[in-house]
Amino acid sequence: MLSPLLLFPVVLNGLMAGAVYALVALGLTLIYGVLHIINFAHGALLTTAMFAAFFAYSILGLDPYIAALLLTPAFFLSGYALQRFVIGPAGRGEDRNILLVTLGLAVLIENVLLYAFRADTRTLNLPYAFDVVPIGPAFVAVPRVIAFCTTMVVALVLWLIMRWTDTGKAIRAVAKEKLGAQLSGIDVAHIYAVTFGLGTACLAIAACLLIPTYYVNPSAGNAFILIAFTVVVLGGMGSIPGALIGGLFVGVVESFSGLYLGESLGQVGIFAIFILVLLLRPNGLFGERG
Amino acid sequence: MRDFAAFVVAMVVLGAIPLLTSSNVVLNFLVVTLLIALVGQGWNLLGGYGGQYSFGHAAFFGTGAYVTAVLQVRYGVNAWLGFAIGIAAGAGVGAVTGALSFRSGLKGSYFALITLAFAEVLRIIANVAPITGAGVGTLIPLDLHPQAFQFQNRAPFYWIMLILVGLSLIIVWMIENSRFGAYLVAVRENEDSAKALGVNATNIKLGAMILSAAITAAGGCFYAQYFLFIDAGIAYGPWISIEALLAPIVGGVGTVFGPLLGALVIKTIAETTKLITSDAPGLDLAIYGAILVLVMAFAPRGIVGILFEIDRRLRTRATEEPASLERGHG
Repeated sequence: MLSPLLLFPVVLNGLMAGAVYALVALGLTLIYGVLHIINFAHGALLTTAMFAAFFAYSILGLDPYIAALLLTPAFFLSGYALQRFVIGPAGRGEDRNILLVTLGLAVLIENVLLYAFRADTRTLNLPYAFDVVPIGPAFVAVPRVIAFCTTMVVALVLWLIMRWTDTGKAIRAVAKEKLGAQLSGIDVAHIYAVTFGLGTACLAIAACLLIPTYYVNPSAGNAFILIAFTVVVLGGMGSIPGALIGGLFVGVVESFSGLYLGESLGQVGIFAIFILVLLLRPNGLFGERG
Repeated sequence: MRDFAAFVVAMVVLGAIPLLTSSNVVLNFLVVTLLIALVGQGWNLLGGYGGQYSFGHAAFFGTGAYVTAVLQVRYGVNAWLGFAIGIAAGAGVGAVTGALSFRSGLKGSYFALITLAFAEVLRIIANVAPITGAGVGTLIPLDLHPQAFQFQNRAPFYWIMLILVGLSLIIVWMIENSRFGAYLVAVRENEDSAKALGVNATNIKLGAMILSAAITAAGGCFYAQYFLFIDAGIAYGPWISIEALLAPIVGGVGTVFGPLLGALVIKTIAETTKLITSDAPGLDLAIYGAILVLVMAFAPRGIVGILFEIDRRLRTRATEEPASLERGHG
C-alpha cells in the first residue's frame, strides 16, 4: 500500500506546498526574532498582497511573477511605514500593547477588505496554471515548482543579507541586545521598521507565488497564517533555517493527512501539532532558549 | 466607598430603564451591551488584573452556549440547570487550557497564540461534530415560560443580564481588594519578583483563568437562551474574542468599571455606524480594529484613565486657584 511510487508524489507535492508556508513563516519569524512580538497582522497583510497581485493581473494585465518585482519593494515600504509610524508609536515599547496593536490592525485590514470587495472568492485564469512537469515518476504543477525555487532563493538572499550586510549585522545586534545596539549608535526604531518591512516583503512574494494556483477572498490569508504560526513555533521563533525546514515539514505532513484524513480534520491535525509543540517545546527544534 | 456609590447608582439607573421604556430596540441594545460587559469582565479579570492577554475567550463563551443549548435540546435538561452546568463547563475548559498553558510556562505572545488556537480547534470540532448540530447549528425550541428561561418580553432578560453584570462587578471588586487580587497584580507587574516573594504564580494565574472562564461562559449561556440559536461561527467565532478584550481595553484595563464603560461605548459606536451605513458587512469590525489601534496609541488606560486624568487636573487646579487669588489680593 505504501509503495515508493505512491509516496514520492505525496512527499514532492508536500514539499512544493510547504515552500510557500516557509516563505510566509520566514516573514513572521524575522519580525519575531527582532521585535520579540508575534505579528498578528501577518495574515491580513498576506491577504492584502494577494488582492494586490490579483488586481495587478486583472486590471493592469501584469503577470504575477512580474508584479512581484513591483509589489515586493512596495510592500517593503508599507511594512516599514506601518512599524515606524503606527505599531512603534502606538505600542510604546510595551509587549502587551504591541500585541494588541497588531491584532487591531489585523481586524481593521481584514474587514476593510471585506467591506471593499465583499466575501466573493476570486481566481485568476492564467494560461500556464495547469501546466505540469515530470519529476521522476511524479508530475508537479509548474507554478509550484516556481514557488519552491523562488522560496529557496529568497531564503538564501535573506540569509546573506543577515550574514554579510551592515543592515543585517545591525538587525542581529538589535535582536540580541537592544540597549547595547542603541549605545553603539544603531537607530533601533529604524532597524525595527526595516525588519518589519523585510517580513512584509516576504508576504508580497508569497502572494505572487500563490495567486496563480490559489483563490483570494478577504480571509484567504488566515488559512496560511495559522500554518505559518505552526511552522514558526516548530522551527523556533526567530530562526531562518527553522522556518524553512519547518515549512517544508508541515507541507509534507499536510500532504499525508490530506491523503488519509478529510479536509477539515486535516486542519485539526495541524492545530494538534501546533498546540503540542507549544506545550512541549515552545522554543522549537531550532530556537534559542529564551 | 466611591466605587460602592458608583456601583449602586449604576445598578439603580440601569435597573429602572425597562420601567421607562418598553421599546424592544432600546432593551435589545442594552441586553447585548451588558452581555459584552459581562464577557469583557471575564477577560478583564485574567487580562487586566493578571496581565495574561487571551485572544481566544470564545473558547469559554462558546462552551457555555453549546452546553446550555445541547443539554436542553438533546437531553431534555431544564434550562436553568443547563445554564449552571454551562458555566461549570466553561470553567472546566478554562481549568484544562490554563493548566496546560501555565504549566508549560507560556506567556505574552505565546499565551495569546495558544488561547487563539484552542478557540479555533473548538470551532472546527463544533462545525463537524454531530452533537452540536455540525454546520447547521443548534436551535432551542420556543417555550415561553420562566421555568424554561424564556420570557414573553425583553424586560426579564434585561434584569437577569443586569444581575449577572452586577455579580461580576462585585466579584471583581472583591478580588481587587483581596490577597488573591494583590498576588494577581504582583504577577502581572513582575512575575519573577512575585515568585521570589513566595507567590505561586502558576496557581494564581490558573485561579484567575478559571474564574475568568466561568464569567465569560455565563455570557455564552445567556446568549443561547436569549437568541435561541447558535452555530460554530457565533459560539466559537473570533468576533466574541475580540469584543471580550475590546470592552475592557476601551473602558480601562484592570479596573472594575472598565468593561461596562467600554461595552457601552463600543456598542453605541457599532449601532450608530449600522444606522448610518445600513449594515455594510465588515464595517463594524473594521471600526473595532481602528478603535483598538487608536486607544493603544492615545489612551492606553482607556476611559477610566482619561477620567482619572481629568479628575487629577481639576484637583490640582482647585488647590492652585485659591493661592493665586490670595496673591492677587495681597
